[in-house]
Amino acid sequence: MSLTDILIQQLVNGLVLGSFYALVALGYTMIFGVIKLLNFAHGDIYMVGAFVGFGALSLVSGTIGAGWMGIFVAMFVAMIAVGFLGVVIEQVAYRPMLSAPRLSILITALAVSLVLQNAALALTDGQVTAFRTDLGFGGVSLGAVFVNYTQIVLVASAIVLMIGLELFVSRTMYGKAMRAVSLDKDMCRLMGINVQRVIAVTFFAGSALAAAAGVMAGVQYGRIWYFMGFLIGLKAFTAAVIGGIGSITGAMLGGLILGLLEAFATQIPHIGGEWKDVFTFGVLILVLVFKPTGLLGKSEVERM
Amino acid sequence: MATNKVTTRPAPGAIERLYAAFDDPRRRWALYAVIIALLLLAPPVVGRYGTVILTNALLYVILALGLNVVVGFAGLLDLGYAAFFAVGAYTTGILTQQFGFNFWLTIPFALCAAAIAGVIIGGPTLRLRSDYLAIVTLGFGEIVRIGARNLEITGQASGLTGIPSPSVFGYTLTGPTTYYYIFAALAVLAVIAAQRLLHSRLGRAWLYVRHDEDAAEAMGINRVRVKLAAYITGAVFGAIGGVFFAANLGAISPQSFSFQQSVLVLMAVILGGMGKIPGVILGAFIVILGPELLRDIGSLRLLVFAVILLLIMLFRPSGIWPGRRS
Amino acid sequence: MLLQLDDVVLRFAGNTVLENIRFGVEENSVASLIGPNGAGKTSLFNCITGFYRPQQGSITFGGEELLKRKPHAVTRLGIARTFQNVRLFREMSVLDNVMAGQHCRSRAGAFSAILGLPSQRAEERRVREICEECLEFVGIADEADRIATNLAYGHQRLVEIARALATQPRLLLLDEPAAGLNSSEKTELVRLIRRIRDERGVAVLLIEHDMGLVMEVSEHISVLDHGRIIAEGNAETIQNDPAVIEAYLGQDEDELELT
Repeated sequence: MSLTDILIQQLVNGLVLGSFYALVALGYTMIFGVIKLLNFAHGDIYMVGAFVGFGALSLVSGTIGAGWMGIFVAMFVAMIAVGFLGVVIEQVAYRPMLSAPRLSILITALAVSLVLQNAALALTDGQVTAFRTDLGFGGVSLGAVFVNYTQIVLVASAIVLMIGLELFVSRTMYGKAMRAVSLDKDMCRLMGINVQRVIAVTFFAGSALAAAAGVMAGVQYGRIWYFMGFLIGLKAFTAAVIGGIGSITGAMLGGLILGLLEAFATQIPHIGGEWKDVFTFGVLILVLVFKPTGLLGKSEVERM
Repeated sequence: MATNKVTTRPAPGAIERLYAAFDDPRRRWALYAVIIALLLLAPPVVGRYGTVILTNALLYVILALGLNVVVGFAGLLDLGYAAFFAVGAYTTGILTQQFGFNFWLTIPFALCAAAIAGVIIGGPTLRLRSDYLAIVTLGFGEIVRIGARNLEITGQASGLTGIPSPSVFGYTLTGPTTYYYIFAALAVLAVIAAQRLLHSRLGRAWLYVRHDEDAAEAMGINRVRVKLAAYITGAVFGAIGGVFFAANLGAISPQSFSFQQSVLVLMAVILGGMGKIPGVILGAFIVILGPELLRDIGSLRLLVFAVILLLIMLFRPSGIWPGRRS
Repeated sequence: MLLQLDDVVLRFAGNTVLENIRFGVEENSVASLIGPNGAGKTSLFNCITGFYRPQQGSITFGGEELLKRKPHAVTRLGIARTFQNVRLFREMSVLDNVMAGQHCRSRAGAFSAILGLPSQRAEERRVREICEECLEFVGIADEADRIATNLAYGHQRLVEIARALATQPRLLLLDEPAAGLNSSEKTELVRLIRRIRDERGVAVLLIEHDMGLVMEVSEHISVLDHGRIIAEGNAETIQNDPAVIEAYLGQDEDELELT
């Protein structure tokens, strides 16, 4: 392969990876926007999404098969179910804690993450589950680079979901309320906005996007397991921070940048394999130290 | 909103009276004497397997007391505490096994390495929001684990084996009972150190910063410096645990320093009640002995723990140890 | 001048909060800063104590420039403050709260604490004595062991003042110390402020809405309105200044009743 081929190959890999990161990062950023909480459980919600999608696909594969049709149905089911799971988590675990010290709510979020993770561990016995689909291996060739149709469809669906979210946030009442709540919760209450409901809707949307990403990851990599949310949770957080936490466009941009960075970093000698995670965390720490507001985040009032 | 405001106080039962004993300075010493006696007499009573488990619990007492400085005293959520434990264990492992150091000589190196690790992770990040800090520590924990798994010098995935047993005056320290007593002594020292820290200038500064950073700053407290001190102190406790852990097992591998380890130590701290030393000790015993009692339920064990943690946060965020009465 | 502000400008997101502030506090004096709500009084405190960073100007204290210093460094130089809404450390005793003030005047670290070195023990004793004296001074020594936030509101304010005094300052900034106090407590406060100046040689700068108290206790008064100093002088000058009356017109009539 020539250098150009390698670059194109990594560009494709980076786009695929980046769209997963972006979808998960969106949930982080939206939830952070409305309740200023870093939802540690978000990566695990993605994992649950993958398992629910897997379950749904197994159910429908008998009738409509495990091709794209089945996958989209499964993804839809996973998004709805996990969206509600997000709402339940918010109501049960986070709502009573909102006035508690920050440390308590962070630990609560961690506890939720552990509950989801260990529930999945108990149910699967810690085994890796094969995520089988009927998708073929067709694709298009760009020079020496072969791009799988699966990859194309996944990136396209991620883009569709993100456009949908953007429309939701900018055009609908709930989207506008969501932005208002992230600016000033008390003022929203005075203006008669049902803040609790807006928060619930935000959890639904954020969790549904993570679930979609989870199903996509299952389709792309063919295997799912209880611990799959841990690393992506960390990375999506990194993506959200790169883009500027609280900013929706920022999360998409950050996801893309992180995906591309990782893909290209694998080409640097000694940064292959597990070292690429070290590379990502290095990026995270650098961004937090030198530009904690990220690319598109708004700086808070400057004070000591 | 008004959930955790009213704390109901049950009628004083046996446990309440035990708690009260800890508050009374005179009876406290009697209690300490009883605890020390129990510690000394335990090994022959509980047998070989029991001694090994208790040794592990004592190790967790040391780790939990160290993490308690960071989380309980200074109020910083550290999700990568196992990293400091790893730094201690690997420093001793590498220096004894590959450079032929005497075990005792490795201790100052391990402590320095942990302190440096504390500065590296804390220095640039302690100015950040507390939730950012939590996730950075998580990332840092992973970096250390991945590093240990992939570097030549740490023996990669299989780790280091054949770490020589230390000796004192020609007497080689081996066997579960010996290490039980070593860890018991270390745990007692750790309790004393934590207690003295809490009632010192630095200990108070940690509490001030935890309760109100701005007010603390206004009183002339350099919060970044004070938090860094908490990090380093916690790191040193962890490293000491790691050093003797390596000596005890004679072998270490990356699995011993995973995210789950960090979570387990954190759980001990939260369960007992962040910042409360007797509570944290109890928490450490619960997280180690609990699974032994729950052995039958297999992989549900961790789920049970996670659910308990969640319930504690929702219904009794101050932990199982009761708060100070005034 | 002990404290001198020159040309201080503070902006938040394009809004000018403080505009070309020029202002000073003399050694061993009691000065007041008054003005309608939102005039920028607390912002000015926050600039002096390093919590806000003004875009331009200079703030000197005993000849030292404060502008680039962090809050803890400002306190160390000798400026202590209280907060508008009392901010005590929860779940800690009164004495422990006051001991926060001595942090910057002591130095024991983790090592000496763990080992219990004689120097550390001696320092602890000294810190404790100084803080007990501060509590004695404000008159609540008998409440030293109670949880600070369980005290009556007026006493909580005194704990805050004792805590600030424990930093051994040369200048004490009090942000609305009389808010929420009853009239006898206010009389006590006036006496306390004078004693702080006379017995401890500490200059006091206060923000206060209670005009009676301000006029009674201050040697120098500055009036802040919309981020600018519109009048300065002693009680009499201020009461007759047309700009001040203008600024307060339409405000609460009671606040104008200058007894």
